[in-house]
Amino acid sequence: MLQIQDLHVEIRGREVLKGVNLSIEKNETFILFGPNGSGKTTLLMTIMGFSNYKVTKGKIIFKGHDITYAPTYERARLGIGMSFQRPPTINGLKTRDLVRLCSRGRKIDVGLLAKKVNMEEFLDRDINQGFSGGEIKRSELLQLMAQQPKLLLFDEPESGVDLENMALIGQVAKELLGQGLQPSPEASMKKLKQLREVSGLIITHTGYILDYINADRGMVMYNGRLCCEARPRDILEHIRKYGYKECVRCLI
Amino acid sequence: MSDIEKTKEDINIDDFLFDGDEVQEIEDLREIDERDKKNLLMAGIDLEEKERSGTFLHINHSKAHCKTCTPGVEVLDIKEALDKYDSLPEYYWQAVDPKKDKYTQAVFEKLHGGYFIKTEKGAKIDKPIQSCLFIKKDKVGQNVHNIIIVEEDSELHIITGCSVAHDVKAALHLGISEIYIKKGGKLTFTMIHNWGPEVHVRPRSVCIVEEGGVFLNNYILLKPVKSAQLYPTIYLNGTGAVSTSNSILVAPPGSYLNVGGRMILNAPETRAEIISRTITTGGTIVAPGHIQGNAVPVKGHLECKGLILKDGTIHAIPELEGTVAGVELSHEAAVGKVAQEEIEYLMARGLDEDEATSTIVRGFLNVDIMGLPPELKQAIDQTIEEAGEDMF
Repeated sequence: MLQIQDLHVEIRGREVLKGVNLSIEKNETFILFGPNGSGKTTLLMTIMGFSNYKVTKGKIIFKGHDITYAPTYERARLGIGMSFQRPPTINGLKTRDLVRLCSRGRKIDVGLLAKKVNMEEFLDRDINQGFSGGEIKRSELLQLMAQQPKLLLFDEPESGVDLENMALIGQVAKELLGQGLQPSPEASMKKLKQLREVSGLIITHTGYILDYINADRGMVMYNGRLCCEARPRDILEHIRKYGYKECVRCLI
Repeated sequence: MSDIEKTKEDINIDDFLFDGDEVQEIEDLREIDERDKKNLLMAGIDLEEKERSGTFLHINHSKAHCKTCTPGVEVLDIKEALDKYDSLPEYYWQAVDPKKDKYTQAVFEKLHGGYFIKTEKGAKIDKPIQSCLFIKKDKVGQNVHNIIIVEEDSELHIITGCSVAHDVKAALHLGISEIYIKKGGKLTFTMIHNWGPEVHVRPRSVCIVEEGGVFLNNYILLKPVKSAQLYPTIYLNGTGAVSTSNSILVAPPGSYLNVGGRMILNAPETRAEIISRTITTGGTIVAPGHIQGNAVPVKGHLECKGLILKDGTIHAIPELEGTVAGVELSHEAAVGKVAQEEIEYLMARGLDEDEATSTIVRGFLNVDIMGLPPELKQAIDQTIEEAGEDMF
C-alpha cells in the first residue's frame, strides 16, 4: 500500500526527517510514537504533500504510484485521507457542503453520516467555526467517512477529546479502517475484507486509541528517524516505564 | 485620497443627456425585452411579481410601472407623492443636504422621478417591495430621488435593483435616497447593482432611525461598472436603534468602486455593525467605513475583509470615532489573498487548486446573512458562480 524509502524532508531549510524507511501493507494499521518535535506530524504532512514540506531525498510510493512530488489533491484522489489536528475555519463554507465535496460525486447520505458522529447540528455551520477539540475530530471523521480513503492518516486522535468523545472517535476510526466488520448473509468475512482494503498510519502519545482499534505494528520516531519496531502495546508500555531514553540508545 | 483617485471619481455631468427620454408606461412587466429581462432578474426583479408586495420601475427619465397590491404600504412615483402630500415638507431634502456635492445638486435642480414608499403604522408587509431604476439608452443621465418612510412598528423589505439595457454603453445614474424609520419600525433594504462596464453611479443615501428601529442594509455589486461611489450615512437617533450594513463587492478589471458607509450612534443602547467583503479581480476598491459613538452605552463593530485574487487594489479605511467615555467600538480589517492553509485543506479532500479557491471565494461572498428571498438568493449565487468563471 505505502512504501517510504530513505525520505529526507526540510521545513524552511531545516532538515526534519533524516532518512525514514517505512512500509505499510494492505489492511495494516501502523502506530507512530515519539516525543514532541521528533518529526511525526512532518511525516504525515509530507505523505499528504503540503507545500511547506520539501522532500530533498527519497521516495514515497502509494499503490504503485510514485507520489513523492504529486499535488495534494492527486494523493487524495488516489485514496489518501488525513484527519487534521488544527484545520482552518472557512467562512461561508457549510460543513454539509464540504462533506458533499469530500464524496466527489459519490452518492452519500450526509445526514446519516453526521448522525454517526453526532454532528447533525453542525451541518449548517461554517466548517470549523468555533468547533471544540472533540467537535473538530468528529467533523474530520465525518469528512473522511464521505471521502472513504484507502490510507487513513490520523494525527493524535485523542488530543483535546474527553472520554465520552474518545469512545465515539475510536469506534468510527475502527470502522474507517475496515475493522470490526460484521459477518453478513451476502458476503463472507473473507470477501468483506477483500472489499475493504484500508490501511492506517496513526500518531498517538497516550495510546488511548489502541483501546478501540487493532494496531498491527508500531515504531518510534526520534529526531527524524524511525526505530524500535515492535507491537504497539509493547512500545507504549515501554515508553510509559522508561520514556524515550532507550530509543536514543537504539539509534546510536 | 490620491489625485489619480480623485480624477477617476470626478464625472463631467455635461457629458450626459438629462432631457427628453420619458418612456411609455408598461402595464405588464412580462412585455419587457427578453434581453433586458435577464439584467433585471440579476438585479433582483421578479417580473412575474408573484412574490412581491409591489413593484416600481423607472426607465431613463420617467416612471414606467408602479403597482402595489398589498394593504398597509403605499408605492408612488416621487412626483405624484410630492403633489399628493404638499411637497413632503418633513421628508423631502430633509436628510440629505442638496448642496452636498455637484451630483446631489444636479438632482435637486432637475428631478426625473424615483419611488416613494410608505408603510402604515403597525403594518407588517411580508413580501418584499421591488423597485428598479433602469437605463435603456446610451449617454442617458438619470436623476432620481427616493423616499422611504417606515412608520411606527411596521416592517418592510425593499429590494432595489439598478440595471442598464444590454446595448447601453455609457450612462450616469444619480440617486438620492432618504430613509426614515420611525419608532419600532424595521426595514430590510437590499440594493443590487447590475450596471455596465461604462456606467458611472453616484447614489447619495441617508437613513434616520428612531427609538427601537432596525435598519438592515444590504448592498451587492458583482458586475462590472466604470465607477461607483457610495457612502450611505445612517443616524441612530433613538434609544435602542440598531443597524447592520452588509456589502459584497467584486471589482473586475476596469471597475473603480469607492463603496463604504458611515453610522452615527447618537443615542444610548444603539448598536451598529458594518461588514464588507470585497474581492478584486483586477479593479480598484476603496472601502471606507466610519462609526461614530456620541452616546453611552453604544456598541459598534466594523469588519472589512478584502481578497486580491491576482491583480487589483483594495484600500480599506476603517475609522472609529468615540466622542464620550464608555463607547465600545471595534474593527477588524484584512486585505490579502485566499489563505494557502484553506486551499490545502480542501486539496487534501480531493479538490484541485481551482476548485478549492472557488469554493473558498464562494464562501467569502456568502449572502446567507442578508435574509433574502430564496429565488433572489439563487440568482445571486448563480451570478457569483458566473463571476467565478472569470475570476480564476
